[in-house]
Amino acid sequence: MESSLPISADSIFTLTLEQLAWTCSVESAWVCVLVDEGILNPPGATPADWQFSAEDLARARRAWRLYHELESNLEVLGLILDMQDEISRLHARLDCG
Amino acid sequence: MEYKDYYKILGVARDASQDEIKRAYRKLARKYHPDVSKEANAETRFKEINEANEVLKDAEKRAAYDQLGSRWQAGEQFRPPPGWDAGFEFNGAPNQGAQGQDFSDFFSELFGRRARHGGSAQQRPGKDHHAKIMLELEDAYRGGSHRISLRVPEIDASGHLAYRERSLNVQMPKGVRAGQQVRLAGQGTPGAGGAGDLYLEVQFRPHPLYRVDDSDIYLKLPVTPWEAALGATIKAPTPGGTVEVKVPPNSQSGRKLRLKGRGLPGNPAGDLYLTLEVVLPEATTARARELYQTMAQELAFDPRHALGV
Repeated sequence: MESSLPISADSIFTLTLEQLAWTCSVESAWVCVLVDEGILNPPGATPADWQFSAEDLARARRAWRLYHELESNLEVLGLILDMQDEISRLHARLDCG
Repeated sequence: MEYKDYYKILGVARDASQDEIKRAYRKLARKYHPDVSKEANAETRFKEINEANEVLKDAEKRAAYDQLGSRWQAGEQFRPPPGWDAGFEFNGAPNQGAQGQDFSDFFSELFGRRARHGGSAQQRPGKDHHAKIMLELEDAYRGGSHRISLRVPEIDASGHLAYRERSLNVQMPKGVRAGQQVRLAGQGTPGAGGAGDLYLEVQFRPHPLYRVDDSDIYLKLPVTPWEAALGATIKAPTPGGTVEVKVPPNSQSGRKLRLKGRGLPGNPAGDLYLTLEVVLPEATTARARELYQTMAQELAFDPRHALGV
């Protein structure tokens, strides 16, 4: 039985490197590569200090899907993600008239 | 359970080489990948393509699948013959990937029986879950509690993949954006180190009036020619209720009026943009035609002046 009391959803949260890797079911090393490639830009000087945002989580999951399912090249993954974002912005603008 | 023709799904012949299968998969995956494709059924098609590839790219799974024979038709009711997979050793459980891929009953029946049990580190928290939910724009605007329904994949006692309906009452924060992740702490799988979390990716259902771009909301607002020409104070809907807006004199179609802070709430809140659309009354009565003719005679107006014609 599920409780009928509402469960609170947080929209503002941060994740450590280990937490992000755990929730994406990937190795921490793979997340580090995303940071090295500039695909994720967490604040923090060392991996132990990195704080990933909710937006980073969404981006990391999209990156993993592209990497895993389309076997995308890591070097162009960032470019693909940026282009996808730009395309959705342009689509939204077209729809907005 | 329906038979799936994986060769047909990938559009390759039954004797296709591994390279042909790979090429067919890549081409279709690019076409239907949900992050890329705008096709209406992209997500369903992509799951099928991915599942077909999961079997056909793997020599052992493909050989076992081929054993079933080619007499089956896609969609035909299917039950695997006893011992159909004897002698095949599959490389672990179905590839769950990062997303816990959602394969069909057909796939689960054939390849899903070697489900893994335990084996993870004892003190780790339970697994996190991820799901996508569709919200109405108004729900995101106001926040508040929503009942959502999720399908949770579970391995049953006999090792098969089954789905359980899970209903949750969720308190949504105000002003969530499309594509945003929200976290429900402790709503993942229970574990020795505490329960995992449930992450929901928010998407909006298409709205008949509004379009949303990040935190800004757009609305096409029809106005009469005299409201646009003379200026007027008119009513406009917003997700927060009706507001009065001042249309400046000499406005044209396409003019954007910004209502600051009337977009999705947040810090900073988004804006609401009203795009004016001048709508002409039809000249269907003698009086209406007369009024247009008066304008034609009395207003020196040539909208094509700049075109040099």
